[in-house]
Amino acid sequence: MLSRTADNLYWTARYVERADFLARVIDSALRLSALPASWSGASTEWESAIATSGAAPGFYALYGDANEQSVCDYLVFSPDNPSSIRSCINMARSNVRAVRTALTSETWEALNAAWNELNTVDPKMGAEEVSRFLEWVKGVSLMFDGSARRTMLRNDAYWFLRLGGAMERADNTARILDVKYHLLLPASESVGGGLDYFQWTTILREVSALTAYRWVYKENVKPWLIADLLILNKQMPRSMASCYDVVSRHLDYLGDLYGRRGPSQKLARAALARMNGLRIDDVFQTGLHEFIGQYLADHAKLGVAITEQYLQ
Amino acid sequence: MSTVSAVRKVCWTIGDAMNSFDEMHGQGPQSVRGLYDKVKSWLDQTPSETMAARRAQAELFFRRIGITFAVYGEAEAGERLIPFDLIPRIISRSEWNLLERGLKQRVATLNAFLSDIYGQQSCLKAGIVPADLIYTNPQYRLEMVGRQAPHGVWVHIAGVDIVRTGERDFYVLEDNARTPSGVSYMLENREVMMRLAPELFANHHVAPVETYTDALLATLRSVAPRGAEADPTIVLLTPGRYNSAFYEHTFLADKLGIELVEGSDLFVRDDKVYMRTTVGPQRVDVIYRRLDDEFIDPLVFNPSSMLGVAGLMSAYLAGNVTLANAVGTGISDDKAVYSYMPDLVRFYTGDEPILQNVPTWRCREPEALSYVLDHLDELVVKEVGGSGGYGMLIGPTSSKDEIEMFRAKLRHAPDQFIAQPTLALSTCPTFVDQGVAPRHVDLRPFVLTGSDEVRITPGGLSRVALREGSLVVNSSQGGGTKDTWVLEA
Repeated sequence: MLSRTADNLYWTARYVERADFLARVIDSALRLSALPASWSGASTEWESAIATSGAAPGFYALYGDANEQSVCDYLVFSPDNPSSIRSCINMARSNVRAVRTALTSETWEALNAAWNELNTVDPKMGAEEVSRFLEWVKGVSLMFDGSARRTMLRNDAYWFLRLGGAMERADNTARILDVKYHLLLPASESVGGGLDYFQWTTILREVSALTAYRWVYKENVKPWLIADLLILNKQMPRSMASCYDVVSRHLDYLGDLYGRRGPSQKLARAALARMNGLRIDDVFQTGLHEFIGQYLADHAKLGVAITEQYLQ
Repeated sequence: MSTVSAVRKVCWTIGDAMNSFDEMHGQGPQSVRGLYDKVKSWLDQTPSETMAARRAQAELFFRRIGITFAVYGEAEAGERLIPFDLIPRIISRSEWNLLERGLKQRVATLNAFLSDIYGQQSCLKAGIVPADLIYTNPQYRLEMVGRQAPHGVWVHIAGVDIVRTGERDFYVLEDNARTPSGVSYMLENREVMMRLAPELFANHHVAPVETYTDALLATLRSVAPRGAEADPTIVLLTPGRYNSAFYEHTFLADKLGIELVEGSDLFVRDDKVYMRTTVGPQRVDVIYRRLDDEFIDPLVFNPSSMLGVAGLMSAYLAGNVTLANAVGTGISDDKAVYSYMPDLVRFYTGDEPILQNVPTWRCREPEALSYVLDHLDELVVKEVGGSGGYGMLIGPTSSKDEIEMFRAKLRHAPDQFIAQPTLALSTCPTFVDQGVAPRHVDLRPFVLTGSDEVRITPGGLSRVALREGSLVVNSSQGGGTKDTWVLEA
């Protein structure tokens, strides 16, 4: 396969995943901001939404204040934001258009239809329309993923898609934790009360895991279990361990197909092995923040290794 | 040539609609040619709401699968659809047989001419074509002089534009021998038609067109360098996603099962071409290039081209890679050379031309020039090197000022122009706002020449001028396409 094709597929999947993630972040922030002020206290949900999206520098260069209006503007439709939902869908579609032959027509149509529809959407929308729009965005990623899974050959094209999706997902989950780790530290348990509870459930909503949490732990929402679910629990498809499972497996498929493994396989396996040997207590012992920081650094290194090995 | 300019071009020859041959009605509005009997009753019997619904479906289908073309200079609009007309254009088997023989003769002549002009130059020595016409032509590639194309094939893919003026009167309007486009429309139009009007296929014996991709693949494989492996690596080289025909490039690469590459995906080492893949460099044997000569190699041609591959020409001349079409074919579809085609057919094949040429005045000849200058208001004047609809004058629809401007141009550089009469193009029934009405059509069949045989898929791309009486057709609203049927019985 052409390196450019692999690169386009990998990034298409990343952009689709990112659009989906942004939709969840905004959706959760909308929900949190809808709470009465007495519950939510001095609310920072929009600041944290911007921080979680990873777009803070670009945002603050244009807007003074993070509020519902400005954040939705920037994260949903802004052409100035290369990672806005609109930009993500545009980029994903433009990427696959360049390599259409690597996709089935169903998979291409899923994105092309979304892009066509996006062009008819009026960016001036009220809160209710924004919610509906975010639901639609989540639907786009389902359509794209679903049609890829249902129709594509299990070969390198498919594996690069899955690899890109899992790399982005791991990145996103880690970023939520990076921004909100303080809410999950043991000290905050004693604070109790409404605010923490809603902050915690917001984290779960951002990874669509509120229901999953209850099924897995059969307990009230506890911060260290949230950390466990997002970091180590392999039942949870957005957990960092789960994502690395997918990353490592698909890198191995590629290595086997091409008859050669390289630095990316080695890095992915090492990271996975580290997580397999951990319990959440160990994570808290070394420090949640330090753990996430190290993880993000390793993750970036793996991204570079994949690019050097396959995409250029 | 871009699809846009091709569509634009259809329309210059719209003559007086009253005098045109109608392919459904033939003799007059009351009669119906036998070929169209069943289509006529289908038109009469299908409720107009059903038709409208199907047309909407067709548009949706084209947009969803992304069959679009880019309009140059319209960054905002970006991608447009070419309208599809639901009424098929029908050609009988015996008409097709005539066309097929004529096309084979025509393309064989193009190949013989190119072998000759870059080789022995016997047509110059025999005085068939004036030497200065060739030597001063920018499309004559000095790099190819004394060289032969691999397997002696130059024009692997030709898209010959044909217009019709009567029952058995077919004219070649242009021999497109560089990188003709439009074949994806031939294939997709059939696809859509079979979905939307299956009942018509049940009672017509329509020759299939989907064999085109197999034929193209066989053609490309047949011209692989002799040293290549039994299973040669073939790629399609595209200028990229901003090219107006990019959809077609992706479509063909997909159907052929070959990689769609851009210049940056290829590199040349030791006169061999490789592509960059996830497993390292892979050798390339045949390049179906949809990129004009000027852009394929910055070391030899346009040095500022970012689209090509440095060193490609050297690999090509070393015989390590085959380019389809060959380098230098542009001289054969030059408009001044076109005017010599009937003589060239006789010279190389020894037979009379089966397909006619549109009568052409070569303005380089003083007598022709003075005739043209006296009749500018009724002629079409074209620049010899231009392609598509650019740089031309359509006398009957031009203003006095435009005509005077062209007169000055003609006087200044007469050898840069040819002139032709406006032909009364045939018409076919077409859906328009007011219902069904005759509209002018042309036809672009695709002729494939390999080292083994010539393959022609029965059918082609029929383009239709949708607006009545309008001669200059804006690509965004004027040109449409039709499914083209060759009926077996």
